[in-house]
Amino acid sequence: MLAAKNLIIDIPERNSGTPLSFEIKPGETWGVLGPNGAGKTTLLHTLAGLRKPRSGAVELAGTDIQLLRRKQVAQQLAVVFQNNGEGFPATVLETAMIGRHPFISPWDIESAEDLAIARAALQKLELGNLEHRLISTLSGGERQRLAIATALSQTPKLWLADEPSNHLDLKHQVQIMELLAEQATGNCGIVLCLHDLNLAAQWCDKILLLYPNGDACWDDADTMLATPALEKLYNQPLRSIVSDGQRYFIPLSSRNSG
Amino acid sequence: MAAVKTSRGAVPHFILPLSILALLTFATLALAITTGSVSISNAELWQVLSGGGEPLHRTLVFELRLPRALSAFGAGGLLAVAGALMQVLLRNPLADPYILGLSGGAAVGALSSMLLGLSAAAVSGSAFIGAMVSALTVFGLAHGTGSWTPTRLLLTGVVIASGWGAAITFMLAVSPSDQLPGMLYWLMGDLAYARSPWPALIVLGLISIIMLPLGRSLNVLARGQMQAAALGVSVRALEWTIYIAASLLTAFAVVTAGSIGFVGLIVPHMLRLVLGNDQRLILPAAALAGGALLTLADTLARTLIAPEQLPAGVITALIGVPTFLYLLHRSR
Repeated sequence: MLAAKNLIIDIPERNSGTPLSFEIKPGETWGVLGPNGAGKTTLLHTLAGLRKPRSGAVELAGTDIQLLRRKQVAQQLAVVFQNNGEGFPATVLETAMIGRHPFISPWDIESAEDLAIARAALQKLELGNLEHRLISTLSGGERQRLAIATALSQTPKLWLADEPSNHLDLKHQVQIMELLAEQATGNCGIVLCLHDLNLAAQWCDKILLLYPNGDACWDDADTMLATPALEKLYNQPLRSIVSDGQRYFIPLSSRNSG
Repeated sequence: MAAVKTSRGAVPHFILPLSILALLTFATLALAITTGSVSISNAELWQVLSGGGEPLHRTLVFELRLPRALSAFGAGGLLAVAGALMQVLLRNPLADPYILGLSGGAAVGALSSMLLGLSAAAVSGSAFIGAMVSALTVFGLAHGTGSWTPTRLLLTGVVIASGWGAAITFMLAVSPSDQLPGMLYWLMGDLAYARSPWPALIVLGLISIIMLPLGRSLNVLARGQMQAAALGVSVRALEWTIYIAASLLTAFAVVTAGSIGFVGLIVPHMLRLVLGNDQRLILPAAALAGGALLTLADTLARTLIAPEQLPAGVITALIGVPTFLYLLHRSR
């Protein structure tokens, strides 16, 4: 559905690194892992066609995404950004409604159906009773859920989410990951930039490791989530434990492991 | 906040506020036409408008008061719409049409022609050229070598504006004293120089029509450049359109009425506090409310201390500042 073809993302003052070639197929959930500054967000934006690659291409259903009209892209692909604070005052419902924008012609106004889709998305993210609140009055976690509700009302086939669990309490983290898994079951392709290795281990089928020098490797989650590789990635000692067949990673500190 | 009404669907939510503003517009126009050194009663106005009435009244209405009132309406509407557009472009609810230095450029143009003793038409023409030079300079410089962000555009505009400010001070300092009052009135914004209302009204109408189908894209852009691009908006093209439209609107307003302050800042902001942030409603509402405010301000300007006249810009500031502060205080 979405494919990287010899893709090299454009990060200033960095050598090219590994050209990325992979395809995100319907139903797959990809996790992008890497330390701060490795280029996870840049990769996500490049995959969304919001940034030009240094070389190579991103193809959406076989066409170079840079050649598609933004509106065509937006009808298939939703992006959840990391910072949702920017912008003008708006209410929660108005914000969820803009997810319908790619589907409404310039001369039309939102239909009752669009309103129903946006409302359902808000309900799903437990924001239904906040629909008239201004975004500026929301908590960080509520804003994050609103960003996901906006993407949900965009009814995308592809989700590109930058740390979707940011600011969320544990219950809502699980809820969001379940929602994304449900979308994957409904044949959506999903790409997540994640910091939480345990979320990656629990929810992702494929993992892409992105190193600060531009090197990268990707494969099935089972193969990729090996303690030595992750320790090298983050330059941080880790302990891996298995409980109920599920693997967990715990970062170790020299202060209390000694 | 009144924005809650969006939930009832867009159209019914638009009709009431726009009807009220349209009525307000007619009321201020009627007031502007009937008030003055010779007052005209509503009955007499009706006679004049239906083709009868006394010749003196006809001359007053059709040759003096109506053109001036329509000019005020046009200029006010242009400024308010330009302000509303700039606020979306810069994602800053406190941006105004002059923030990017357009009024400064226009003022330098206008004052130069006044210094050279050129005709009123030349003053208007050079004000327009000055405004456009400023708009292109700011846009070109802010565009620079790569991405332009609202912050960069804003900073460039502010610096260019203070540059124009220095040039204006210099020109005032070296001007012969008999020219100073005219120059100061122009700088404060004054409709005594307004010639024909039609350019302002036509530009206001045209740009409002062009902006009509872009309203929802503007709402999306108000959420940020990246978010807008991700939702299918061609951000670069839309930003260019807004910038050019706002610059033209401002340039025509300044040519019509000099640099009237506060209308472009306060009217869209007040409307947002009351009506919410849907640009499809805010833009036409700004055209009507801005027009009505300046018509009213100009009527007061020429009657308050008659036979002397005040610059309309003084009145817009006197009306606008306290109203704005009150609304801001009340809103949170």
